[in-house]
Amino acid sequence: MARIIVVTSGKGGVGKTTTSAAVAMGLAKKGHKTAVIDFDVGLRNLDLLIGCERRVVYDFVNVINGEASLNQALIRDKRCNQLYILPASQTRDKDALTKEGVGKIIGELSKEFKYIICDSPAGIEKGANLAMYYADDAFVVTNPEVSSVRDSDRMLGILASKSRRAEHNMEPIREYLLLSRYSPDRVKLGEMLSVEDVQEILSLHLLGVIPESKSVLNASNSGVPVILDEKSNAGQAYADLVARYLGEDRPLRFVDLEKKGILGKLFRSRA
Amino acid sequence: MSLLDYFRSTKQSSASVAKERLQILVAHERAVRNQPSYLPALQKELLKVIQKYVQVDDDAISINFEQDDQQETLELNIILPEEQAKNH
Repeated sequence: MARIIVVTSGKGGVGKTTTSAAVAMGLAKKGHKTAVIDFDVGLRNLDLLIGCERRVVYDFVNVINGEASLNQALIRDKRCNQLYILPASQTRDKDALTKEGVGKIIGELSKEFKYIICDSPAGIEKGANLAMYYADDAFVVTNPEVSSVRDSDRMLGILASKSRRAEHNMEPIREYLLLSRYSPDRVKLGEMLSVEDVQEILSLHLLGVIPESKSVLNASNSGVPVILDEKSNAGQAYADLVARYLGEDRPLRFVDLEKKGILGKLFRSRA
Repeated sequence: MSLLDYFRSTKQSSASVAKERLQILVAHERAVRNQPSYLPALQKELLKVIQKYVQVDDDAISINFEQDDQQETLELNIILPEEQAKNH
């Protein structure tokens, strides 16, 4: 049986798709057969961040409507053969998704895949509701910023009441906090909520902290999931997070200001 | 504000302001979320009944639902207008 993970947030622009691409690639690179589904019907972007936008022929809605088979629509990643992408439809609207249709596809994928990542659209409408409905685990992507924290809390309420697990009185969805766009220097100055602040407000299990990093934009510019940029702090933070999700013990990195003396600076500039 | 005040003022950091605001807001929203779903309808109907007898504003009634491990409390507050209350 597959484990179904929803990447969600409520608020837009916090890094859901970046996270979906990175986590899916990370799990696949660890040898787990992983499918990642774009639920943002009408505004697909996961294909762009993964770099397979020119290989999209059929999409999620085509498969739901029986216009294409799942195997025809799934795109196998060229860098990692354990990773498959199911793109969203760009021409339909969100009503093209149905609970039954999504359930059927997730059921089919579950037979073959170890992990299924559902990249949720922003908001709390149909697409977002269906992305989280079948989930076993939820990665709640949050920025250390008031509107994002509030929306995440709202999302937690929906996860707890409107999912399949909630409706069938099953064990609840496991919720994980993923704090992204974190700037230790601004936290130090008292200008940004700290990891501890956000954790205290949301009381969620912290899976990882992704620092604000230029490498994220560079990665999406070139269609390479940032986790493949192994030199970047964001790439390493995502790798840590995936390892933690798989049960490895990895200390948090990139949450404190680096203490650099003159020697350290010299050494670093040479490195 | 004098220059001295400017240096003396221990301004709260914006992050701690954000945290306080969020703590209050989130606590409130969670409380509302856990309320029984019939509360808004109950409030509306009660208001209608009361307005049959007393001239009160639409916001003169407030319903508060609290829950702890032991019990659930439904608190109903109606503010009657002063003069009318005397007449009755």
